[in-house]
Amino acid sequence: MRTRAALLLGSLSAALVAFALTSPRVVAADKIDPVADAKAFQNFFFQKFPNVKHEDFVNGPYSMNADMKRQWQEKEEFPPYEFALDAGKEMFATPFKNGKTYADCFPNGGIGIRQDYPYFDTKEGKVVTLELALNRCRAANGEAPYSYVKDEMASLTAYMAFTSRGKLMDIEIPDDPRALEAFENGKRYFYTRRGQMNFSCASCHVQSPGERIRAEILAPALGILNAMPIYRSEWSGMGTISRRFVTCNSQTRAVPLEPQSDEYRDVEYFLSYVANGLPIAGPGARP
Amino acid sequence: MASSIRVRATSNGDITEVQALIQHPMDTGLVKNPAGELIPAHYIQQLKFECNGKDVFAADWGTAVSKDPYVKFSFKGAKKGDELKISWTDNKGASDTTTAKIA
Amino acid sequence: MTTTTGPLATRRLILQGAACVAVLGLGNLPFAAAPARAAANDKYPEEAFKQKNEADAIKALYGKTAEPSDKVKLDAPEIAENGGVVPVSVTTTLDKVTSISFFVAENPFALAASYKIADGTLPGVANRLKMAKTSNLVAIVEADGKLYSATKEVKVTVGGCGG
Repeated sequence: MRTRAALLLGSLSAALVAFALTSPRVVAADKIDPVADAKAFQNFFFQKFPNVKHEDFVNGPYSMNADMKRQWQEKEEFPPYEFALDAGKEMFATPFKNGKTYADCFPNGGIGIRQDYPYFDTKEGKVVTLELALNRCRAANGEAPYSYVKDEMASLTAYMAFTSRGKLMDIEIPDDPRALEAFENGKRYFYTRRGQMNFSCASCHVQSPGERIRAEILAPALGILNAMPIYRSEWSGMGTISRRFVTCNSQTRAVPLEPQSDEYRDVEYFLSYVANGLPIAGPGARP
Repeated sequence: MASSIRVRATSNGDITEVQALIQHPMDTGLVKNPAGELIPAHYIQQLKFECNGKDVFAADWGTAVSKDPYVKFSFKGAKKGDELKISWTDNKGASDTTTAKIA
Repeated sequence: MTTTTGPLATRRLILQGAACVAVLGLGNLPFAAAPARAAANDKYPEEAFKQKNEADAIKALYGKTAEPSDKVKLDAPEIAENGGVVPVSVTTTLDKVTSISFFVAENPFALAASYKIADGTLPGVANRLKMAKTSNLVAIVEADGKLYSATKEVKVTVGGCGG
């Protein structure tokens, strides 16, 4: 009796699914669903690495390898980004020539807000990242922009990330088709193969986290921006999200884009959104 | 201008643990710059820690110590509030010094 | 029981005694043992840092050889995440430790760092070293005038595409 009911139910749901799949509305499949995407993205990693605590994913390769984690923890006692962090704090508090400060450009004076970036600017119709917002703040106050990839930009974002440490990533996608499109665009960039090596971001960070590419352990894509900006031993210095996007493109023999180009902004939007709920861990240190 | 030396010294009543992180390139003299020229060796040679007038720890460093060098050690005989003096000299004759109170 | 070797006793006196002593130029201090040797003890060991191989460096620094001891605990990673910043530390249960040094056998110059442990300072140190390639890492502890060593191989790989 019960089996019969189950079978009946089963075939009914199958029929429904078949109906749904073939119904014209869904076949168009243009409904962008960030909520579903984020859930699927997170679940993929949670299931692939059941022994990794959810919040540990933000620690990149260190969540994947115990020997490396120990080395990192030893260095975190007195981390290499300490100087950039101090410099960033000082820079942030130093007024521009016109007397205003960065605090005037940001909600809550720029303190403890990093987890809200990037956001979709409905007026502009584009994604605005923290790095972009900082340079716009400078321009609005008559100051020359900083390079997006390191030095001052890294120090400033290090400080701002530090004031948000522990807060959970909290990216919003407004109910605006342009915002949804930006999210989808970022997602598409992330999964598209490019360059001489024909790698997509996913090739390394979704297919092979915890495994080695040459001598490096790959970080999982989940939470991969949460610890930015980072002090990389490889760079012997700090680097921003922009720096990492550019160098990753170069290293996979793809043509790097200009920092803060639309695709990079959208990818940052996508990657940050799907990491919602994971803690901000910046500034970070990496091999 | 901020000192190049960052110090954390904490006492548990008996033992004082000291950690220091110093901003210094520690160039080995073996690396070339983008123009192909060797970057000359530039590294801290001696580092000293004094407390209550006594040398408690000293380091002789070569170029194999990492950039922005770090060192940690512990010693007895000091208490919270005591002052720790740290100073270094490098191969170019530069130096820096700072003092920190034991927390 | 204090050591009877001259230079060590003198060094201990210097470390414990005179406050505000500039540690260079100690030749004129009125201590019993050879002041010149005392000065050498606080001088930068230039010669030792110039030695290419580990054995020569140890000889130049200490003038004696070391025997392996399990009382010296050397902590270093199996595989360095980056050869430029390898966290390495040493602790020991040996008594009367006066010096701890680190040697990286395959480095261009074997001696990496040498530390003077004053009386009252715990015999242990943590630092971050550069390793040119996979190599034996050797820690030397000078205790009561004798040298003891511990060795560990640390693998160093060249970074590739990054994580």
